Amino acid sequence: MHMADALLSPAVGTTMWAGSVAALGYSSRKLKENIDNQMIPLMGVMGAFIFAAQMINFTIPGTGSSGHLGGGMILAVILGPYAAFLVMASVLTVQALFFADGGLLALGCNIWNMGVYPCFVAYPLIYKPIAGDGTSARRMSIAAIISVLVALQLGPFSVVLETLLSGKSELPFSTFILFMQPIHLAIGLVEGVVTAGVIRYVKNARPEILQSSGAFRPLDTGISVRKVLAFFVIIALITGGALSWFASTHPDGLEWSIEKITGREELAVQERGIAPVLNKIQEKTAFLPDYTFRPAVTGDPEAGNGPAWPSIEAGTSVAGIVGSAMVLGLVLLTGIGVRSFKRR
Amino acid sequence: MTFDEEYYNIGYLDRLSYQDTFVHNLDPRVKLITTMLFLFAVVSFPKYEIVALFPFFLFPVLLLTIGEIPLLFILKKVALVSPFAVFIGIFNPLLDPVQVTVLPGLTLSAGWFSFCSILLKFLLTVSTALLLIATTSFPGVCHALRQIGVPSLFVSQLLFLYRYLFVLAEESMRIIRARDMRSYGRRGTGVKVFVRIVGMLFLRTIERAERVYYAMLSRGFQGDMPALRNFRITAADLAFTASVMGCLYLFRFYPVSEKLGLFAQGLF
Amino acid sequence: MSHHIIDFKNVFFHYPDGTEALRDISFRITHGESVGIIGANGSGKSTLLLHMNGCLMPSSGTVNIGDLYLTKKTRQEIRRSVGVIFQNPDDQLFMPTVYDDVAFCPRNLGLDEDAVRQRVHDALSLVNGLELQDKPPHHLSGGQKSSVAIASVMAVEPDILAMDEPAANLDPKSRRLLINMLKTFHHSKIIASHDLDLILDVCRRCIVIKDGTVVADGPSTEILSNRALLEENNLELPLSLQRS
Ligand SMILES: Nc1ncnc2c1ncn2[C@@H]1O[C@H](COP(=O)(O)OP(=O)(O)OP(=O)(O)O)[C@@H](O)[C@H]1O
Ligand SMILES: [Mg+2]
Repeated sequence: MHMADALLSPAVGTTMWAGSVAALGYSSRKLKENIDNQMIPLMGVMGAFIFAAQMINFTIPGTGSSGHLGGGMILAVILGPYAAFLVMASVLTVQALFFADGGLLALGCNIWNMGVYPCFVAYPLIYKPIAGDGTSARRMSIAAIISVLVALQLGPFSVVLETLLSGKSELPFSTFILFMQPIHLAIGLVEGVVTAGVIRYVKNARPEILQSSGAFRPLDTGISVRKVLAFFVIIALITGGALSWFASTHPDGLEWSIEKITGREELAVQERGIAPVLNKIQEKTAFLPDYTFRPAVTGDPEAGNGPAWPSIEAGTSVAGIVGSAMVLGLVLLTGIGVRSFKRR
Repeated sequence: MTFDEEYYNIGYLDRLSYQDTFVHNLDPRVKLITTMLFLFAVVSFPKYEIVALFPFFLFPVLLLTIGEIPLLFILKKVALVSPFAVFIGIFNPLLDPVQVTVLPGLTLSAGWFSFCSILLKFLLTVSTALLLIATTSFPGVCHALRQIGVPSLFVSQLLFLYRYLFVLAEESMRIIRARDMRSYGRRGTGVKVFVRIVGMLFLRTIERAERVYYAMLSRGFQGDMPALRNFRITAADLAFTASVMGCLYLFRFYPVSEKLGLFAQGLF
Repeated sequence: MSHHIIDFKNVFFHYPDGTEALRDISFRITHGESVGIIGANGSGKSTLLLHMNGCLMPSSGTVNIGDLYLTKKTRQEIRRSVGVIFQNPDDQLFMPTVYDDVAFCPRNLGLDEDAVRQRVHDALSLVNGLELQDKPPHHLSGGQKSSVAIASVMAVEPDILAMDEPAANLDPKSRRLLINMLKTFHHSKIIASHDLDLILDVCRRCIVIKDGTVVADGPSTEILSNRALLEENNLELPLSLQRS
């Protein structure tokens, strides 16, 4: 399930981008060190394959989910985790651009949710240990199903966290989780079976692809369980830090309270560090009809550079509505004007 | 959406991106960066913001009209991806029931505002992202990424993906047509058939990758993708960037709609 | 290289899955010769061409190009002088725009961007494809793709040209253009094709392969008028010889 821009706050979006960019940089570097040149076109064409296969996909009714083939796992098994991650990231990028699946800010989240979990968690921690040396088709199938299931629980869980931390949705954590996880259990099962089926098909038709993949995947043994765990602890600490910083500064954070709607937020707490700046931005713009909860601004936040913000009177709802209608009208007129100018 | 529709859809979007208009001719980097700033500005509004979002429609509307992109096509694509955001947002009116008086006699729960805000942001972000690719060819975006400093390995992935997307999509379309033709109405869409189709496609893809590799070798490939064309920033690019950033700044930090409304009220 | 000789000696090749694609192939092509390679589907033509620049290495036997003996080490150098055009232009055109594709090789040779532009311009005008340069390959028709594929190889200015079904998707005019271009290419060329009229028109000599071995080798006019031999190889007399 793709995270969407509209549900995202800048802080969460940026944090997830940072995480994904780090993972991308790391994978590129790892790959560059000892890549078989043949991998370069193979990875690219594999991305196109995943893309095409996702287009054939059956949609799972009633969820609004596009029910993707869990491309990440197939890729990881064939290409190894680093290459698979890069391919997944490129698939998601193209999807964000061509299908507007998610969006550009949410791309960081989506790369994380759908790339990192299958490639760097499910594959090394679950698939490899269960599948073993890849001689037993049954073990490979079981490994594929379980690892896809796990990856598809982690992904939606992240979506829930990202949405709630962004504070744009009112859904309580528990409801959201109860809604997302079981659905993805079902989706994961279907995808797991498909993934296992495809791997099995390949194993039967061209066993050398999976066997010789040692040549394809020089880095396969490079991931140790301990490394992965350490990596995730670090990432968790960083994101935890970033998010708690953000939650403490962002008025729309995890804790939404009535006071905020009625405008009695305790500004005093937030007058330190980068918080005031963020707050100022928010204050300048917060507008809820008849809730003139924009606190009076004391002093000029911008120390010297540029003119001071124009001081804003409390917006009245009528002005808001009239103004919005006018703005929309103007924008439309501009559009029509450009169009008719072009037609001539 | 059926496979064919989906395929022609990206194909159409792709075709649009090779037009020759003012926005198409701008430097891809400029469009990429302004679009990102735009998205950031829109998303940074707090959850109840509605009024201040309207001025931002100017940007997509200008891209759309100057870039000669059909409005309906973009709207349809936006509607297609909306379920998730709408689904998540629709709970807000129920869960956030604090009553707000908008006009004398008109009271709504605060959740409606946050829901509308999500919808507006959704419309703005998704349409603008689509317009970015509709007005910038994908290779253009990749050149921009490369010039901005994204690792070449990743950019070459994107380029290959883009190049073979259409080839493989057409191949799978042929396979699917063959399947539908032979399944006589009993849609052979079961998991078993699906797995076989995907497996077959996979093997063909591996073989194709091999042939592509030979073609690359034959033309002097030794592990590094050659650098791509460099774009040069022109005066038009600078003017575009400056005006977009100015507008974004204005719309983000100055309540344009409200002021306009107050002004209009003053007139009457 | 001053003399563009291609020399295959007892070449065998089998694919990883065990398919014996070439069995004991020997021939020698001297400088400036134009040679057609014909044979039924699956007879091994494409496999043979892939040996010309070391994309595939013989399982046994030797290949010499000019005065270089084909090994993993020399194949980089060999690739500079042998241009191979593949059967499927979608495999050949792997870059996202025509310009980038034709420029791929010159750029790999380390030319500066102006020289690259010149090469691209020359190569594309050779196939009448200048106006295609900013298009992505998937917006091209099959024939345009073939033309661009040819241009992308000609941009290297190869000494030896090896082509696999170059005229498969071309309309008559483009095919004529290709034939004229081939006639003006004075270095050695090897063309594998089912288009026997093209072979007859362009190639003096013709090699017939069947199940991976050479079954006939001689002047085109002789081989291409040998109805029995051709029919044995799933081929037909060229149209231009059928009337007589
Ligand atoms: N990648 C491959 N793996 C295994 N076998 C292959 C591969 N490519 C080709 N073959 C086999 O090698 C033999 C020769 O194939 P090749 O492609 O050289 O034939 P061809 O003469 O070019 O045929 P066509 O006229 O159809 O192009 C065939 O039997 C084919 O099945
Ligand atoms: Mg062939």
